[in-house]
Amino acid sequence: MTAYITQRLLQAVPVLVGISVLSFLMLHLVPGDPVQIFAGDKPLTPQRAAELRHAYGLDRPLVVQYWDYASHAMRGDLGIGLRSQRPVLDSILEVLPGTAQLTLAALLIAAVLGISLGIVAAVAHGTWLDTAVMAVAMLGISTPVFYSALLLILFFSFTLAWFPATGQGGAERLVLPATALGLSSAAVLARLVRSSMLDVLHQEYVVTARAKGLAPSLVLLRHALKNALIPAVTMLGLQLGALLGGAVVTETIFSRPGVGRLAVDAILNRDFPLVQGTVLFAATTYVLVNLAVDVSYAIIDPRIRYR
Amino acid sequence: MSAPAIARTRPGSLTSPALAGERRATQVLARIIHSRSAVFGGSLLALVILAALAAPLISPYDPIKTNQRLSLEAPSLAHLMGTDRFGRDIFSRVVWAGQASLPIGLVSVAIGVVVGVTLGLLAGYYGGWVDAVSMRLVDLLLAFPGILLALAIIAILGGSLTNLMIAVGIAAIPEYVRITRGTVLSLKQREFVLAARVIGCRGAAIMLRHILPNVVAPLIVLATLGMAAAIITGSALSFLGLGIKPPTPEWGNMLAEGREFLQRAPWVAFFPGAAIMLTVLSINLLGDGLRDALDPRMRM
Repeated sequence: MTAYITQRLLQAVPVLVGISVLSFLMLHLVPGDPVQIFAGDKPLTPQRAAELRHAYGLDRPLVVQYWDYASHAMRGDLGIGLRSQRPVLDSILEVLPGTAQLTLAALLIAAVLGISLGIVAAVAHGTWLDTAVMAVAMLGISTPVFYSALLLILFFSFTLAWFPATGQGGAERLVLPATALGLSSAAVLARLVRSSMLDVLHQEYVVTARAKGLAPSLVLLRHALKNALIPAVTMLGLQLGALLGGAVVTETIFSRPGVGRLAVDAILNRDFPLVQGTVLFAATTYVLVNLAVDVSYAIIDPRIRYR
Repeated sequence: MSAPAIARTRPGSLTSPALAGERRATQVLARIIHSRSAVFGGSLLALVILAALAAPLISPYDPIKTNQRLSLEAPSLAHLMGTDRFGRDIFSRVVWAGQASLPIGLVSVAIGVVVGVTLGLLAGYYGGWVDAVSMRLVDLLLAFPGILLALAIIAILGGSLTNLMIAVGIAAIPEYVRITRGTVLSLKQREFVLAARVIGCRGAAIMLRHILPNVVAPLIVLATLGMAAAIITGSALSFLGLGIKPPTPEWGNMLAEGREFLQRAPWVAFFPGAAIMLTVLSINLLGDGLRDALDPRMRM
């Protein structure tokens, strides 16, 4: 167990280093002189350019600059935002709870909706109900989050006036964004749970359980579901990335402050320290979350440790 | 010397599943035609593509020219999908927008496939440091959740049609590397590959003529479904203001414009969104049908 966790931790190290190199290089990959970015769009005299270059340390060798960047980042110093003139990490941490709340709520909706629809479709296999659920799932997979969000706002905010259309704070402002964000993951999950449930329902131990006279609901919930859910848990972990990406769009539509919105605004304003910071932060968080998910699988399912 | 002659006529035909003959192709074709999902999705997609291609012929109005007197008119016989803030006909814009949104899907998938398959073939076939380097690269690309990688690339290159295609294409590379590499690894030790090597085929020939054909079926499925994802990502970036900029019509940026008038004039956002959904739906249905026909093991 410890060996497995150590191995996974070690595997994450080169990826984390790679992420830091990439986010560092972003500034230098932009066509033109990086100094221009710090100067904004103002024309630059050669003397002013040299001053800025020195002030931001851009006149040093790239390796030295990277080392400086990475060692500061390790200590939580991601630089100062050009527009806000505040530490980048402060700007991120300020809006992080909103994004975390949105993503987790969407994950919950996806899990509950996806798993129950998948079970319903599997149990009703071959009937109109199965067909209907799968058709809805197909629509769900094909609807981009920004469109389902607009349709939800149109219906539940403007027509029925049940929920507010925008903003943050309180459960009633979380329902629509989380639903919009979770829908397509729910659809992916429903299809997966249905097919893995159908697989399991034909296995011998389930047939045996039925043959010895157990109530069908008991067979379904106690015997079949447990094994059918293993791929679903894996898929939930994978969907987290999609949800984090979808949060970027969702936050924009619902005018919610969040890390995604922050990143998009930073790109639009060409605020590069903030762009680098959000990219580095989001990718690192994603890698660490995946690591945690992997390790927890190993705890839940011992077979994984020995692969 | 007869061995090279044999190699020239039918190299590696011993048990190569890819070269098993036309019978299999006919079978697959029959299965595709019998798949309701593939036929329906394919026809719908053909209709969408045709409409985009025929935009100059079928769009009743100029998609760019504004007319303030017609601002935000509801759908009517004169304007099937209504008009937007600038009085432009939404139907005309939706049809023209296909000329931007569809190529994003096609070209970015092509970038992903070409780069991904090449890397996957090299990594799987040669192993060693080539494999190590490509897989670390894939790990790195996979470390970026969802559209974040595309966002980062757009941040560097700036938003335009070409950059959008590059960004979405690069983000799609890992999937193709993994599936190609996996297939190569499983085939490398099979008899028909060993036989090809014994009769003196070079690495490139073995990869392209003996191994690649076996990756084609899963690749077609993956690329089809990938195109749906690419269209969504492309329009999402335009929606965020990071892709194709107005007044050039694109489904994502039209939706963004319509968002401001959602309460007063819902049709402005509704129809471009419906166009994205229908296109993606048709591609997904086609992809599902193709998967069932080409690779029954992957069936959901």
